[in-house]
Amino acid sequence: MSLIRYKSIDLDKKVILPIIIIFTMLAMALYAFVTLEHEGHWMTGMNNQVVWGLPHVFAIFLIVAASGVLNIASISSVFDISIYKPLSRLSGLLAIGLLIGGLMVLVLDLGRPDRLVVAMTTFNFKSIFAWNILLYTGFLFTVVIYLWMMFEGRYNKYVTKVGMFAYAWRIILTTGTGSIFGFLVAKEAYDSAMLAPLFIAMSLLFGTAIFIKALYFLRVSFDLQTGEIIYKRLKKLLTYFILAVFYFTILFHITNLYATTHHDYEFFLLFSGNIYTYLFWVGNILVGTFIPLYLITSKKFFGCWNILLLASSLIIIGGFIHLYVIIVSGQAFPLDIFPGYIESSTFGDGVIATYTPSIYEIMLGFGGVAIASAVFILGILSLEFIPESLEDEQIQSK
Amino acid sequence: MKKYEIKLDRRSFMKNSAMLGLASIAPGVFFQELAYGRPLDEPASSKIRWGMLIDTNQCTEDCNACVTACDDEHGIEDFGRPATDTQWIRKMNLTDELSGKSHSLPMMCQHCENPPCVDVCPTGASFKRDDGIVLVNKHTCIGCRYCMMACPYKARSFVHENLENQVPHSPRGKGCVESCNLCVHKIDNGDNNTACAEACQKDGHQAILFGDLNDPQSDISKQLHKYGGKEVRGDLGLNTAVRYRGI
Repeated sequence: MSLIRYKSIDLDKKVILPIIIIFTMLAMALYAFVTLEHEGHWMTGMNNQVVWGLPHVFAIFLIVAASGVLNIASISSVFDISIYKPLSRLSGLLAIGLLIGGLMVLVLDLGRPDRLVVAMTTFNFKSIFAWNILLYTGFLFTVVIYLWMMFEGRYNKYVTKVGMFAYAWRIILTTGTGSIFGFLVAKEAYDSAMLAPLFIAMSLLFGTAIFIKALYFLRVSFDLQTGEIIYKRLKKLLTYFILAVFYFTILFHITNLYATTHHDYEFFLLFSGNIYTYLFWVGNILVGTFIPLYLITSKKFFGCWNILLLASSLIIIGGFIHLYVIIVSGQAFPLDIFPGYIESSTFGDGVIATYTPSIYEIMLGFGGVAIASAVFILGILSLEFIPESLEDEQIQSK
Repeated sequence: MKKYEIKLDRRSFMKNSAMLGLASIAPGVFFQELAYGRPLDEPASSKIRWGMLIDTNQCTEDCNACVTACDDEHGIEDFGRPATDTQWIRKMNLTDELSGKSHSLPMMCQHCENPPCVDVCPTGASFKRDDGIVLVNKHTCIGCRYCMMACPYKARSFVHENLENQVPHSPRGKGCVESCNLCVHKIDNGDNNTACAEACQKDGHQAILFGDLNDPQSDISKQLHKYGGKEVRGDLGLNTAVRYRGI
């Protein structure tokens, strides 16, 4: 059995442009954070009705994707499919980067980010949010150990065990993230056990799409040779995960439509013609599901990495919109405090709340993406994360 | 001019001094007893459960006295940005979808026995005192707003602005979440009434009655026993301390 060879990259002109972009994005995020800290959250689009906005969509997207991107490593170590083995290190690196990026956005959007120490030391264990803090930090720790086992030849024998642990951990982590919403009994849009499996499926889809984008970057910029086998495998994974997310999305809405109490919200989201209706049907279903599904299953485009990249990009955009629809529309839809009554007040009762993300939220959110990218670039610059080759004969012989 | 002669022998001096002493101590002893005030180092007691009964038949749509009184009492400013401005108490207008009958009522934190905000708070900053008052610890609130997502009554506000001229008895802070605290400072001082209830009484509406739900002799308990009181979103099983009549 031949050894897989890995390489790191040199700090040359190929990485200078990405680094400049990353630093610019980070500077903008820092500016947004300082402005919001100084002025207060009234400068965001968020308000007392829509309390979680674009930063939370970014944060949850990145955290969920962090769990999903580690799936590539899990397939290798847990399910013992050796073709994925050369990709395991990259998978772990991306997982760490995405998680740190997501957590950064989440923390910097807090009303009191200076109290991070309080959040890390004072726990209310009845809160799923508190459990998530432990799940996220535990995940980070687990992936670091996992990578250590992969890198250190003497400890390679433990990779399977640590990989299994990480696999279980990330399933629980995504369940926990989905449950943040699923446990909100008062809100009609949430309060569904379907959100946990939906989030698990989403994590697998987003993670795989991001992994494909990273691989494409390495392929184009650093001449990483890729064969047909790896292309076919990733394409197949993407197809299964699109279908899984689509299935759970349908199931979520059908189970909601069955309960009369949820009819108003479902009508509001699916048929009433507001911004969320368009985002759902056009952004999520068309752009994020049907078009990429067509692109990756059509024989016309077989073997084309550019199309795979396009499909992955559409999945990321559509998935982001999907999360936006879940998180924001659920808050914009008015609470039914007095069922059977038409309600009105000076506090937005009985009316659909408006939310327009501000530039500060956009900058803060992209700061998370920049952090994830920075960790990735730093990783491949300093350690041997990239396989020498992903040609068919190379990966088949492993 | 009439001259007064003061006869002050030792016996009458002692007697007068004792009476004066008693007269000066008595209010402290008896008024303290009457007000049920408790020393600051003594924790709140679970023998008491503070609550409110709101009679919507007495509440009129054009009256906003409870809201104004709350804002004044707690130093809540209007920044002219309704979507982000804090509201601890708000007037809600309801119209029955079937009959068309209208109601007006104040809505605020319902001080649930099983508060969802306390359940979801990651740091335990949202908490319930032994006497049933649901509060936010402003020192440990990280401003995550999860409690606002969880509250079925939309009773909480996030402080979106820099605050100035705060009132000392009701400290607030930018970046924290807050809500009606049942005028806890007045309860701890022994006033045993809230600013909104006082304002409502002053305006002659008598729509808000505040008191101890655990004391069968309190006005609120007697009224609840006589007329009943509806729990808003009673289906959620939260056992609220604020009850409504007339809806």
